[in-house]
Amino acid sequence: MLTLIGRRVLIAIPTLFLVSLFVFALQRALPGDPFLVIAGEERDPEVIARLREIYRMDDPIVVQFFAWLGQVVQGDFGRSLRTGEPVLGLILQKLPVTIQLATASILVAVAIGVPAGIIAARNKGTALDYSASALALSGLSIPNFWLGIMLILLVSVELKLLPASGYEPIFTNPIGAIERLIMPAFVLGGGLAAFLMRHTRAAMLEVLQSDYVRTARAKGLDEDAVVNRHALRNALIPIITLSTLLFGELLAGAVLTEQVFTIPGFGKLIIDAVFNRDYGVVQGVVLCTAIGFILMNLLADLLYILVNPRLRDGQ
Amino acid sequence: MKLLAALVSATFLTIASLPAMAQAPNTLRVGLQEDPDVLDPHKARTFVGRIVFMGLCDRLLDITPDLKLVPRLATEWSFSPDGLTLTMKLRSDAKFHDGEPFNAEAAKANLERARTLPDSLRKSELASVDSVEAVDATTLVLKLKRPDATLLAQLTDRAGMMLAPKSLSGDVGAKPICSGPYKFVERVQNDRIVLEKFKEHWEAANYQFDRVLYRSIPDTTVRLANLRAGELDMLERLAPTDVPGARGDKSLKIASTSNLGYQGITINTSNGEAASQPMGKDKRVRQALSLAIDRKVLSQVVFEGLYEPMIQPFNPGNPYLSADFPVPARDVAKAKALLKAAGAEKVSAELFVTNNPVDAQLGQVIQAMAQEAGIDIQIKSSEFASQLRDQQQGKFQMSRIGWSGRIDPDGNIHQFVTTKGNQNDGRYSNPEVDKLLDQARTAYDVAERKKLYDAAQAILQDELPIVYLYNQTVFFALRSSIDGFVINPDGMIRLAGLKKK
Repeated sequence: MLTLIGRRVLIAIPTLFLVSLFVFALQRALPGDPFLVIAGEERDPEVIARLREIYRMDDPIVVQFFAWLGQVVQGDFGRSLRTGEPVLGLILQKLPVTIQLATASILVAVAIGVPAGIIAARNKGTALDYSASALALSGLSIPNFWLGIMLILLVSVELKLLPASGYEPIFTNPIGAIERLIMPAFVLGGGLAAFLMRHTRAAMLEVLQSDYVRTARAKGLDEDAVVNRHALRNALIPIITLSTLLFGELLAGAVLTEQVFTIPGFGKLIIDAVFNRDYGVVQGVVLCTAIGFILMNLLADLLYILVNPRLRDGQ
Repeated sequence: MKLLAALVSATFLTIASLPAMAQAPNTLRVGLQEDPDVLDPHKARTFVGRIVFMGLCDRLLDITPDLKLVPRLATEWSFSPDGLTLTMKLRSDAKFHDGEPFNAEAAKANLERARTLPDSLRKSELASVDSVEAVDATTLVLKLKRPDATLLAQLTDRAGMMLAPKSLSGDVGAKPICSGPYKFVERVQNDRIVLEKFKEHWEAANYQFDRVLYRSIPDTTVRLANLRAGELDMLERLAPTDVPGARGDKSLKIASTSNLGYQGITINTSNGEAASQPMGKDKRVRQALSLAIDRKVLSQVVFEGLYEPMIQPFNPGNPYLSADFPVPARDVAKAKALLKAAGAEKVSAELFVTNNPVDAQLGQVIQAMAQEAGIDIQIKSSEFASQLRDQQQGKFQMSRIGWSGRIDPDGNIHQFVTTKGNQNDGRYSNPEVDKLLDQARTAYDVAERKKLYDAAQAILQDELPIVYLYNQTVFFALRSSIDGFVINPDGMIRLAGLKKK
């Protein structure tokens, strides 16, 4: 187990380096000059020159990259071009927000997707199966942005049941936090639930047709016992991996959802940063996201081993 | 089991007490279109940041809705006969949020910082100031390099905002300490800024709310939904398309005023190769374009008819608006004749627009109208940062762009059309215009200044380096329970007198 983690960390370093280099180069290739936007409406050439100097923008890009990398290694992610705030501080401020949203969405997705998948698989070919599939398809097809606005208009504006937007930390104001999480978690988790449902259904169908399930049935076990005790456990292995990796999907989906529900998380941070050409922030967020992905992959592998005992000996 | 029961009841009690805690008494919740940038008045640049500064930082002067200067921290002011010395009397009862008194020394420290800080954005606004002297605690003297009629207007905004002298050496933007009616509590970037009433403010009795919460909600539909759901008390920059709907909602009220700035098309007349085409070279082609556009229809199609058609850089109601240049009626025949006189029946040109739905629609309406007169417009859209850079580098023929506006007329015209203007991206150059507009900067008398602006406009209306289109009416939406909002063409939210019924 430790060897696996050690090996993964070693592979992660060049991966992170390449990701950073790629994003750094890509950002600089984007059209538009951040300082023209940042210098304000007046666009005083003296101010623009001074800003370029402060942020070392006139150095060759390679020099800029290694200067940035040197800082990052020491734990300094630089400062936001737009507000002057330290990038690391911003990231640490936004991270819990997105994690809270992502966790709630995963919960929604698993709570809806997995049982729906099991039910669909057990009732393969029936009306129940088809309606579950149809529902899943619509869940995957409805854009987050549209669903979010519709929910706000219906639930908050018309029915006045839930607050329209915003964020409260779960530990300081649990009720406010949950009220504000329900709609975005449903919007974000709904699409994922559909995804999970389809995969659970497929996995269950495969397992239900395997030899040991047939043996279990032949022994005279009732169908509930076959499904819950034998099939489900094996079918869940790929689903667990998938759920962990969905966190990545969630980060991408969170960009739009956070925008609609004005949740001050990672997604909103990166959207604003890209539009303002706030290089330091974009770079910092991308690096952290890459680290997050690598960690999630690692976690997926570890969970996989935990759930499937056969893999343990192989390590 | 006991422990469990204790935990459950403790949790229950905490949860039960939360709603009371969450609803802080008497808070004004304001929805902003963007997140402000750095909260340091000397380094800040966004429009939305100025809205927050209104509560946080007092200024030397303020303006009334009809653009008259009124006292704030400065109680009276006068220029010497040669126009080179500005003497101001200051309040003696103002205090900073850290308890220090406000006086001439503090004002001097602030103006010096605004003038000399390497990355200060206020330098150009205070460029005419040669030195600042604190004669006594309540007398401030500004010595000028040249007469500057725009200076007082600058002192109503960020250049005239006062920070606590002790805070000047620290990280001002992270925790601004000013002398305004509200003091800084916290900021969560992209989310909220919280201010709390400063009880020792000299005008504290005029401010009814204990707290002000600014929330940034960029999407206009979502911003309005929040207001309608009761999550906000007021919002700024309601989209014209949302105005009819909001008007139909009895729980809301709408306030509107004309914006100080202008909206138009900047034409590249001599910035690089892109200027070498009929639109850039021949004023008759530009005149034809201007005549081909029906500004009333434009407003109706894109802005529900709520924006006022304009062809001048000054807003409706502005004392510098000239009666000599009324908005012309659309005249396709005359436009065609002008094109013919310029030696072409058909002309084509590229128009840059920002890649948002409103600008795209605007571009298409202009394209359709120009087509009828024989001007074939190709629309190029990109996001704002790219548009701005291409425009500055001269990689454009026409660019659809606006300006948020300044109180002083100089701020709406000088830098856009004078030869060395920072924002003269089309590099339009006319020595006569330069002379008139430079002169207008030094004239303190309104009537005399207006003559100079009229003379400059007479040339500009003929040569059209900028084709002005409309004035962007500013809409605010408020819950009907909010009283006392005084709307002002600078688009700011002044918190004095605002109260909840």
